[in-house]
Parts: sequence; structure tokens; C-alpha cells
Amino acid sequence: MVKVGIVSYGAYVPRYRITPEEIGKVWGVDGKGMGRGLYILEKSVPHPDEDVATIATEAARNMLARTSVPADRIGALYVGSESHPYAVKPTATIVATAIGASPRMTAADLEFACKAGTAGIQVSMGLVGSGMAEYAVAIGADTSQGAPGDALEYSASAGGAAYLIGKKDLIAVINKTVSYTTDTPDFWRREGQPYPTHAGRFTGEPAYFRHINAAAKMMMEDVGTQPSDYQYAVFHQPNGKFPTRVAAGLGFTEEQVQTGLLTPRIGNTYSGAVPIGLAAVLDVAKPDDRIFVVAYGSGAGSDAFDITVTDGILEYDRDAAPTVSKLIEDPVYLDYASYAKFKGKIVMQE
Amino acid sequence: MASVAREWREIPGRYNTVGTKCGACGKIYFPARSLCPKCRRASVGKMERYDISEEGEVYTFSVVHDAPDANMRMKPYAVGMVKTTDGVLLTGQIVDIDPHRIEIGMPVRTVLRKIYEDGESGVIHYGFKFVPKW
Amino acid sequence: MREVAVIGVGMTKFGELWDSSFRDIGLKAGMLAIEDAGLSGDEIDGMFIGNMASGRFIDQHHIGALIADYSGMASNHVPATRVEAGGASGGMAFRQGVMAVASGMHDMVIVGGAEKMTDVDDPSSNAIIDSTADQQWESSMGATMASLHAMIAKRCIHEGMATREEIAAVSVNSHANAVDNPNAQFRRATKIESVIRSSAVAEPLGMFDCAPISDGAAAVVLCPLEDAKKHTDKPVKVAAVSQASDTLALFQRNSILSFAATRVAAERAYARAGISAKDVSVAEVHDNYTISGILAAQDLGLFKKGEAGKAFLEGVTLTGGKMPINTSGGLKAQGHPIGATGVAQIVELTHQMRGTADKRQIAKPRYGLAQNVGGTGSAVTVSILEAI
Repeated sequence: MVKVGIVSYGAYVPRYRITPEEIGKVWGVDGKGMGRGLYILEKSVPHPDEDVATIATEAARNMLARTSVPADRIGALYVGSESHPYAVKPTATIVATAIGASPRMTAADLEFACKAGTAGIQVSMGLVGSGMAEYAVAIGADTSQGAPGDALEYSASAGGAAYLIGKKDLIAVINKTVSYTTDTPDFWRREGQPYPTHAGRFTGEPAYFRHINAAAKMMMEDVGTQPSDYQYAVFHQPNGKFPTRVAAGLGFTEEQVQTGLLTPRIGNTYSGAVPIGLAAVLDVAKPDDRIFVVAYGSGAGSDAFDITVTDGILEYDRDAAPTVSKLIEDPVYLDYASYAKFKGKIVMQE
Repeated sequence: MASVAREWREIPGRYNTVGTKCGACGKIYFPARSLCPKCRRASVGKMERYDISEEGEVYTFSVVHDAPDANMRMKPYAVGMVKTTDGVLLTGQIVDIDPHRIEIGMPVRTVLRKIYEDGESGVIHYGFKFVPKW
Repeated sequence: MREVAVIGVGMTKFGELWDSSFRDIGLKAGMLAIEDAGLSGDEIDGMFIGNMASGRFIDQHHIGALIADYSGMASNHVPATRVEAGGASGGMAFRQGVMAVASGMHDMVIVGGAEKMTDVDDPSSNAIIDSTADQQWESSMGATMASLHAMIAKRCIHEGMATREEIAAVSVNSHANAVDNPNAQFRRATKIESVIRSSAVAEPLGMFDCAPISDGAAAVVLCPLEDAKKHTDKPVKVAAVSQASDTLALFQRNSILSFAATRVAAERAYARAGISAKDVSVAEVHDNYTISGILAAQDLGLFKKGEAGKAFLEGVTLTGGKMPINTSGGLKAQGHPIGATGVAQIVELTHQMRGTADKRQIAKPRYGLAQNVGGTGSAVTVSILEAI
């Protein structure tokens, strides 16, 4: 089989933050305790002029800055998100135009709750592997919304990462991907509704844990590996607690998970979560490092990836764009009133 | 509110500061022009696409308090003139920084942001803004 | 080409004229000017009307016909032409009128300027004003008209061309002069500190650095100089009317510390009038923002570069000063009904040249200069009136 993998990557996280404590103050909730329970210290907030299109563009531009692959050789571009700016009208065309990839290409938006970004990587692998496209771009990005006062408000955040998938000059080979998909309504947003709804504790065992565990075990069985074969593991991270628990259950150590666990500092970036976590790992990975990745999207499904870093990472210009730790190093903290204004939660006169 | 077509045809300049360079005298223009104001007829057919640098420094700026409706949620916001490394001046907002920390000469780069929206149900218009350089 | 004279002037009060419509103010200014010229109205054979944005302020385009109709000129089928050049609409209408008479095409022309701004709310009014900058590459990018001038001010301060106090002094000067102008919107003096501390509009400029939103109209009657004495004892000669253009967007200029269009229009006007800047006895300049007053005074050659601010600060520009500027109160204090502004400048200078400016009268008037600006110096008219 043809080797397909990552040629380049780039991430982006908005500069603004709010703490669970600040949110809790408004709703009469022990936000600090809640944050501790969820293991979320703060979450990112987009500026009023940011949305999935601008976040995805910034991530894709960072991705292109690190490679000499010209944008016009990108044959396909997918933006996975659950907060596309339009219900109808693609985000992908905006991004493709902004990075100079259009027009000889295909593009589309994907939606699969929090795993639309990794779904894009799988689609891209198929196109590149089959020869239909020389290069394809998969982006996972979100400006996820939590209803005021809802538990999700403490975690739903904004960010994204972009991956250039190809066959040549790989910095990491994607050895295999498998998915586990069922019809499990643990979280949804109906057409026309501004905020998603979740099924409370049902989002845990039958949803997040069952799917991730199944996909992870399938993968290790298929490729004949065990947790100790991997230097890094990245799991979907709706909060800081779930990925730690699922990792431990599967036999991964804290050290393996730590590098790719960003949620405690930026919150749940939904479709951006696993892509940003993987970007943080690639920021520091060395040749031959093996990375285990499992995304989860409500509704529900899990995409697992077995990735091996190549020697290409040595030549690769990682410094041509900011690393994830650089992206999040200088945040600006908002009070709840400013946060509500930024997120359009305050009704203004037309 | 702007018409869809009017904004659509400006996308190259809006998203990527695409300008033109006069093939006769070499002067760079933003926005793109089909005629060089200096060379006039001599420039006809010689205006080439020129991608203006994404980096520059703040030449001057103002912190806007009396803001158009489109920018109500960002008040006060900074708008500036930025001299790119190509020596071209551009006008745009400077975001992701406390406006009172901006200084003349500060290095900035362009990013894509929402410029304005045609109401809740209309088209979203994107364009360049400036942020402090990494 | 014939020499041209101003033989009659009139204007409404400038300000928030809630009881008056666009038609009312346009008619009133015209009637006053015709009356001042001692005419019946039947003598008028051409009309030019400076108006920036009636289409957006009152949803009425085609105001040439409207004004001709309501002033009774339509019954004589007098040609009426509307002229638009942003803030320079009035000055440009005046120039069109002068050219019409000078060329011999018309023998008796009335030039009006009118704007009814308060029929829309303030944000709409600001948006309309902002549209005189480059809508596509300035206004819609978030650059308001005030912020474009604030950016000029910021850079001027940065380069040591003027201090914040000197810039504020332009407002103080206009307010002090307006106290004696019964038609002015604001007839009260202000202080440097009040200007600097006024609520921020676009830093470094505050509310008191900006001309107000105003309603108002002004009109002047022109005829060949050789016929002027038949109508009035005190005709005023139009020694020059010039106009110059520059890029629509401020960021495309070689320099933003000076308006090249003002410099060139002034050079052309001085050459036509056969005078130099030092011959100017009084000037009405386009102080839509305080910084504009500094630029104007320097670009017109009334002061050297870097010295205008000091002159404003020291009161040299007051009505009783050595180089009086904006004896009317300027745009800042007399008011700025955009299309009327350039014509109102001619009204003020005509009074000064005739010696009928009452308490605002300057000593020994010889030449009066008016500078009217569209956008951020994208179109400038400079007119010179001569006392005869």
C-alpha cells in the first residue's frame, strides 16, 4: 500500500480566555470547583471578528508557511466543524481562496460533532492514496457554543488545526486509520438552534468511552501494537478528565498523553481538539516517534490513527509558524460581560 | 448594506492584499489598478498582479470610539495605516492587542477576519486586519 | 473670459433646524441672497447647487429640480445643476457658477449649498460622512472619517509638526470667533483643556475636535463684474476659483502631513489673482476636524510648515489677530451642513470684503480666501475674493 501521511501542519488558537471561576460567578456556581472537576483551567474565546473561516484560514496559512508545497497543488480541502459560519454556504471555499488553493480543486465542509476534523484527514488520505489528488488539506476548527449557564459553557472554546496530506516529503506517515461508528445521540444541535443540547451523563460511558475504547482496541489489534509502543497518545478532550481516564483504562501513561492534552488551557475546541493536540505533539516529535490518536464525535463515532514520525521532521521548518505552546503563551483574560459581548450572547438592537 | 457582487469581486484584495505593479515604472499599487496613474497610457496592458507583503509596521493609527454599527462589539478598536515591507501603505484594523499598547513602528502582520456582516441573514464579508507580529 | 462679481449673499442659521425641511432652508438662503442683490429673481438664468448626500440624508435625489421648483425658478425654466464633491460640494458649486458667468454662458447665476443632516440618526449621518473616504478600502475596513483625520493628527504629533494643544487650539479659535456670528451653531467660547478632555471620538481627537452635524443652507448671486454696480454699491470681485484633485484614499498619498490638493489649488488661485499668501487678509478654511485647520493654514502658505499650530495657540488667527482664520466660526463652530459649507465660506468672505461683517469685521480687508475640502483632501477648492 502507498504511504500516505502528513506533509505539513499548522494550528491556531484565539488570544482571549475566560476562566470557569469567572463564568461560575455569574451563574452562582462554584466555577473554580467545576473547573477542577473538569480539569479545565481556562478556555479560549474568539474575538468578535473571528469565526471558523478565519480560524481555519489562520491554521492553514501556518501550515503552508512550514512547507514549500505551493497552494495551487492542493487538490482538495475540507473544513470539519460543528460551528460553520453558514448553515448553507461552504467555509472551505473561503479558506481555499484565502490560502490561494482555489480554483482547480474540490472543497467541502464536514460535520461530525467533534471529529469532523479527523474525518477530513481520512477523506484526504483516500483522495491522496487513490491518486485523485496530489495534496489534500484537512482542517478541524470550531467556535463552539455553550448555552449560557449550561455545563458546556465552561468548556466550549475556539481553535483549529490544518493538515496537509500527501505522499511525498512526509514528516509523519499515517500507518493506518480505523473508525468505530454507531447511532448514539449523546449531543446534538437541531437546525436553527443557536446552542447544542447534550444528554448529560449519557455522553460518558455509552458515548465517549465506548467509542474511543472500541476504536483504540481495534487499531492496536489490527496493527499489533500495545500502548507501550507509542511515545505519544492524543485522545479527544472535551475536558481534561475524560482523556486522562480513557488513556489510563487503555493502559497509556500520563506522560504519553500530556503533550497532546491542551484542553486544560484552551478548553474544548471540538473539531479542533484532536488536530491541535496532534499539532502540539508534532511540535516536539522526533524521527521514529509513534503517535496514537483517537478522536471522538458525538452522534457517535471514533477515528483512530497510528502515526510514525519520519526523518523528514529533521528538515522540516517547524519554526516557520508558531508552535501550539507559542500560540497560547500570551492570553488576554476576559470578564463574563466582555465574553458575553464577544460571543454575541447579549441581544443588541438592530 | 453592500451588494454581494460588489464585495465578491474585491476578494483578492480583501483576503490577500493582492495589488498591482506597473510593468513600465515598477510602482506597486494597492488596491489593484488597471492603469498606472504615473505612466497612464504607457502602462496599459502592463499592470501585473503583485502580492503585497503580509508584514509591515504601524505608520499611524487611531483608537476609534465613535464606531460604525458593524464594529459595536469591538469598541474601542484601533484602525491604522501600515507600511508593508514593500513600502506600500494599507489601511485596516489592528486587533488582538490593547489599542493603547499600539505604537508607531510596531511590527504587524495581516490576518483574515470578518470585516462586517450584512445583518443576521446576509453574507459575511471577510478581509484583512493586522495583528502584532509573532 | 469675463471677470465675475458676487452681488448678493444669504444664509440660514446653521444648527439643528428641527422645524425646517430641506426645501425650507434651500429656499430661505436663496431668497436672502436674491434680496441682498436687489433682484426680483427673474434676472436669474442659471443655478448651481452644492449638496453632498440628499439621496441618503432625506432619500431625495434630483434636488436641482426640487430647488428650482420651490424657489420659483422652474416657472422660468432656469437650468439647475446639482454639484457633489463630498465636503467640497459647496466650493465646487461656487466654482461652477463662476465659470458659467465668466464664460458668457450665463449672466446672472445663483449658487446655493444645502444639507439637511438631522433627519437621520447620528450613526447614519456618520456612515454617510464616512462614505466620502474610499468606501471599499477605508470606510468598510473600519476607518471612519474622524479616525482618518485622527491618524493624520497622530502622525503630525509623532513628527513634531504640531502638539495636541496646538491642534486643540484650532477648535478654540473657531469657537471664539463664532461668538459674534448670529448664524453660528455654537456661539460660545471653549478652552484648550475642554477640547482635549472632550469625549474621545477617534483618539487623539475628541468631540470638540470635530465639526458638528448641522442643517443649513447658503447662497450667493454672481454676475459679470462689469454689470455688478447696476445691482449693488458693494460688489466683491471673484479674483480666483481653483480646484485640485488627489487620490480618493488617504493611504495612497506620498504624504499625509499635508494635502497636496490644497497646495496646488492655492498655487493656482494665487497665480490667477496675481497675489501671494501674504496678501490674504482673512481666510475661511475647512476645519471639519481640528487637524484639518493646521494642515490648511500651512498648505495655503498662511504659515510655514510646523508653525500654524503655534499661531492658533497664540491667537494670531482670531478675528482681531494678525492673520484671521475662520471669522465665521468655521465648520467647527458655525456648523457644517456639508453641501452648504463651501458656499457659506463665500458668504462670510463677501461680508468681510464689503465691510458688513459687524462685530466680526476685520480691519482693512483686501483679499479673502476660502478653502473647501472633500474627503481627506481628495478634492479641494480655493477661492479668492477681492474687495473693490
